[in-house]
Amino acid sequence: MSATGRVIEARGLSRRFGDVRAVDGVDLDVERGEVFGCLGPNGSGKSTLMRMLLGLLAPSGGTARVLGCEIPRDAERLRPAVGYMTQRFSLYEDLSVTENLEFMAEIFGLPRPRRRERVEAALGRYALAPFARTRAGALSGGWKQRLGLAAATIHEPELLVLDEPTAGVDPQSRRAFWEQIFELAGLGTTVFVSTHYMDEAVRCHRLCILRDGRRAALGTPSALALPLAARVVELEVERAPEAIAALAASPLVASTTQLGDTVHVLLHADAGPARAAGPELARFLTGCGVPVRRVAPGAPVLEDVFVALLRGERLGEAAPP
Amino acid sequence: MTLHQRAAGAIRRTLAVARKELRQLTRDRLTLAMIVGIPSLQLVLFGYAINLDVRHVPTALIDRTRSALSRQLVAELEATQTFRVTRAATDEREALALLEGSEVGAVILIPPDLDRRLRRGRGAEISILADASNPTVATAVAAAGQGFERSLAERTARVPSGDGAVAIRLPRGDRPVTNATPDLVRPAGVRIDVLPFYNPERRTPVFIVPGLVGVILTMTMMLMTALAIVRERERGTFELLIATPVRRSEVMVGKILPYLVVGHVQVGLVLGLGWLLFDVPLLGSALDLGLGALPFLAAMLSMGLVISSLARTQFQATQMAFFFFLPSMLLSGFMFPFDAMPEPAQWIGEALPLTHFLRIVRGILMKGAPIETLRDEVLAILAFLTVSLALAIATFRKRLA
Repeated sequence: MSATGRVIEARGLSRRFGDVRAVDGVDLDVERGEVFGCLGPNGSGKSTLMRMLLGLLAPSGGTARVLGCEIPRDAERLRPAVGYMTQRFSLYEDLSVTENLEFMAEIFGLPRPRRRERVEAALGRYALAPFARTRAGALSGGWKQRLGLAAATIHEPELLVLDEPTAGVDPQSRRAFWEQIFELAGLGTTVFVSTHYMDEAVRCHRLCILRDGRRAALGTPSALALPLAARVVELEVERAPEAIAALAASPLVASTTQLGDTVHVLLHADAGPARAAGPELARFLTGCGVPVRRVAPGAPVLEDVFVALLRGERLGEAAPP
Repeated sequence: MTLHQRAAGAIRRTLAVARKELRQLTRDRLTLAMIVGIPSLQLVLFGYAINLDVRHVPTALIDRTRSALSRQLVAELEATQTFRVTRAATDEREALALLEGSEVGAVILIPPDLDRRLRRGRGAEISILADASNPTVATAVAAAGQGFERSLAERTARVPSGDGAVAIRLPRGDRPVTNATPDLVRPAGVRIDVLPFYNPERRTPVFIVPGLVGVILTMTMMLMTALAIVRERERGTFELLIATPVRRSEVMVGKILPYLVVGHVQVGLVLGLGWLLFDVPLLGSALDLGLGALPFLAAMLSMGLVISSLARTQFQATQMAFFFFLPSMLLSGFMFPFDAMPEPAQWIGEALPLTHFLRIVRGILMKGAPIETLRDEVLAILAFLTVSLALAIATFRKRLA
């Protein structure tokens, strides 16, 4: 396995469950050292895609190479180089924190002195030392997730696959978790992570958005937002909820988001440029009896991209950086 | 990677799985309760509640007369349906070895001077040795022997004796051997002497308890591993486990190892309770018993793993375990005497490890047989173990769905 180059290469990867196409013809390239995000609503095929890349599910079509291993044929050869965190906590709840880490270290074949060293390091790095003898089942969500990451990285994998690692975890733990992810990436680990949090997705080097098992978009978060540059208007209003209710009736509006007194509006694809549509919306609102204090074109955020894609728009894929 | 390093890795991973299983098992109260509770309960229930009936006991024949008369006698004994002569032995030692190895349940010994003694009107003695380690067999043999003796006595009484040609006439297809006249006349006839061997008092618990060891182990061992993989599936730990480099065979063997210890604890528990409650003896060596139990335990555990790989839920696994458990209990000779079962049922029985283990455990406990004389039974179980372990490894997939 070379030190540079592609860690994951998927071509037309598909998986059917009966009549349902859980993943449908996905192409992906993930570069070494990247934090690569996979964003999509529940049931969009994120977990299925990951499981196929790990050789845990046989694809019904397409090919995948991960760290130079043909998947699923060479899946066993791939295992020692990959760390995996499943969506659901999947360590042993009746074993203590240390016992779980030791088990994973043994299963990954670390020799005894190295094993002790790695377990100690993990307890330190993830601040798990005070819970070393606590049963994993007794930990709260945020700590379980730290333990999950500690276990997944105990053997210093080249590739780390994380399936919605922060689902249901408090914001502070999520922040800390992402700091750990970037630290690992800084050390050369490639991270493939799925999420449905926009604030997390936007932090990834590159992002793949899945919709109904298909790749809806791929690129850096900023590049993905580019096609929407002229389609966002921000209106500062007196009574935001009333404004939002009124805007729902306007044919120019695709979606609205309230940010305090400001309404962030994503315009319809054929609404014309924001510069012209903004004042028109302001007049519309005033006509509805909602006073508008200020109107200006706004910057698109990832959520706008997501909304546009979910509406079935084809944004045209941004080229990788 | 050298062969040595590979082996070290395999051992390390296998032991990691074994250690993990052992830790989980000692922390699960339900499992612990199952290990101690099921054997105790079954022992008490079965120990007090079972009784049985016998036909077609495989029998060894030592015929020292080898006359038409002796052959006719044997044919008559077989016609009682209790005996089925399967082996001919030349002397008592050979016959006893057959009895000890459970190849036969009775030995018929016809003395060399049968014809001569009967002709001279002195009466002859035919001995039947019965394996009373199985009291139901012993009882049946005794009843058949005595019944036969009475019917002989009746018939010989009606035959004029003294002219020397034929002392007694033994027509085939005579009336049933039971219901003979209560006060027997024994005029120079044949006396049949039944000697109960092993377990002379013919107490049922002495027979039932060793069998129960096998039945309990079948049930608990199979259930333990039957739940082992399904539980990982249900708890979600399976997905992480199969994403590691652990090999299928390492998972299987690692999951079996701790339960081998548990199994031996159970053997000790049942026999200890059997000794306390029912005075069940251990005539053979405890070491032999432990050795004999080892392949059987492994076989049952592997069978459980096969079930566990196939089942999707713990409920399904339990059902499948019972699907295997029932024929084991019914066709192994635990509930019904093996030799009285119809032949197809016996074929199935021979394929079940419990059948062979029962012969081992009864042989060692009640006859003090050394493990070497039970070699064929051990080999049969080892064959089953090989197949079931291979099957367990083959059915375990490092895949989801």
